[in-house]
Amino acid sequence: MTELFPLLLEGTLVTIRITCAAALLAAVLALLAATAKMSTVRALRWVANSYIELFRGTSLMVQLFWLFFVLPLPPFNMTLTPYTVAVLGLGLNIGAYGAEVMRGALQSVPRGQIEAATALSMAPRDRFFSIVLPQAMANAIGPATNLLIELLKGSSLVSLITLADLTFRANQLVETTFRTAEIFSIALVIYFVLAQVINLLMRLLERRLNRGVMRASL
Amino acid sequence: MSSKTLFDWQFALEIMPQLLHAAMYTVGITCVAFVLALVGGLLLALLRRSHSRMLSWPATAVIEFIRSTPLLIQLYFLFYVMPEFGLTLSALEAGTLGIALHYSCYVAEVYRAGLNAVPRGQWEAASALSLSRWDIYRNVVLPQAIRPIVPTLGNYLVAMFKDTPVLSAITVVELMLQAKNIGSQSFRYVEPITLAGLFFLIISIAVSLLVRQLEARLRLP
Repeated sequence: MTELFPLLLEGTLVTIRITCAAALLAAVLALLAATAKMSTVRALRWVANSYIELFRGTSLMVQLFWLFFVLPLPPFNMTLTPYTVAVLGLGLNIGAYGAEVMRGALQSVPRGQIEAATALSMAPRDRFFSIVLPQAMANAIGPATNLLIELLKGSSLVSLITLADLTFRANQLVETTFRTAEIFSIALVIYFVLAQVINLLMRLLERRLNRGVMRASL
Repeated sequence: MSSKTLFDWQFALEIMPQLLHAAMYTVGITCVAFVLALVGGLLLALLRRSHSRMLSWPATAVIEFIRSTPLLIQLYFLFYVMPEFGLTLSALEAGTLGIALHYSCYVAEVYRAGLNAVPRGQWEAASALSLSRWDIYRNVVLPQAIRPIVPTLGNYLVAMFKDTPVLSAITVVELMLQAKNIGSQSFRYVEPITLAGLFFLIISIAVSLLVRQLEARLRLP
């Protein structure tokens, strides 16, 4: 069984790298799309809405295949590496879901907080980044954790566009050793452990974000 | 640049019947799998809520494990590993069963939230009227638990539909694989894959609208 581990671990590292990179991209896109959707400028709202509906309405796999098979052809002629396709596809997809989470979280920050910040004559930028965003992030932790686990699970699809992630390595080992049950079970357990790590990290982040928040309420 | 290189409408029209057929097939798989998931999910939810640890603990473990591992590997497991244990499934059976099992774990959590939201007083009142446990569930608790969760269940129906392309990995010829096959035969990927995406978009939006209507209709008085 030990001879299986080096390749599976190599794949696991690729899975972790893709998940982290795509998570960063998704977080940025989610924040941008959420603020654009709440903007007073109509064009921005329109762009954000189209992005969110397009990427939530079509399947992740269709998006990955589109980026992988269609973009290299004319008229686009853009050949991206499988790694770029993976990060871009996963990031865009999860970002669209994240935008809705972020919008809900931003809207759930009590108006009084914004009014208080205005009364203290904070600049709009400071008001957003030091008052509204930290509280919104604390609100978004629960759904964001679920989305990150969806991202981790979705990352297994990149094996179908020839990227050597954990699922790809598992398949490769199955083809050479035929020890199907063992290999797929190990892969499942590794994914499960990674998901628990995400859970744990997000719980730590939550504690950190809630530092200094008064817990007692009247 | 001629319009022929950007998006060949003639070709798109030509492959439309094949794609439509595959789309209907995909919708069929989704419907069967969703019904299975609704039943399986309810069963898992009831097991998880059971007072007996022997029942609730395994149900919890199964739900958590399946929810945090990829559908793709679960399908590989069903399709390639189960035959070793004497359960040989066709690709279509393994795919339908796999996606149903995966989503029944999500659906179970939705049911659980719905069941937990039914006020205790309803249980107490039903017991006071000495209804049997079956009658309590069937006529008092479930009707109140299910109405509020219909929209969430609808979202999972859409999510499940969008996950069906994963079935292509175990050779089920659903919409995505059909599009890819057309692409590899004709060396034109733009039209089939874009159309497949469009079908997904249209069907997801249509189902979301239907769910919204159903939600308005089922609202508790």
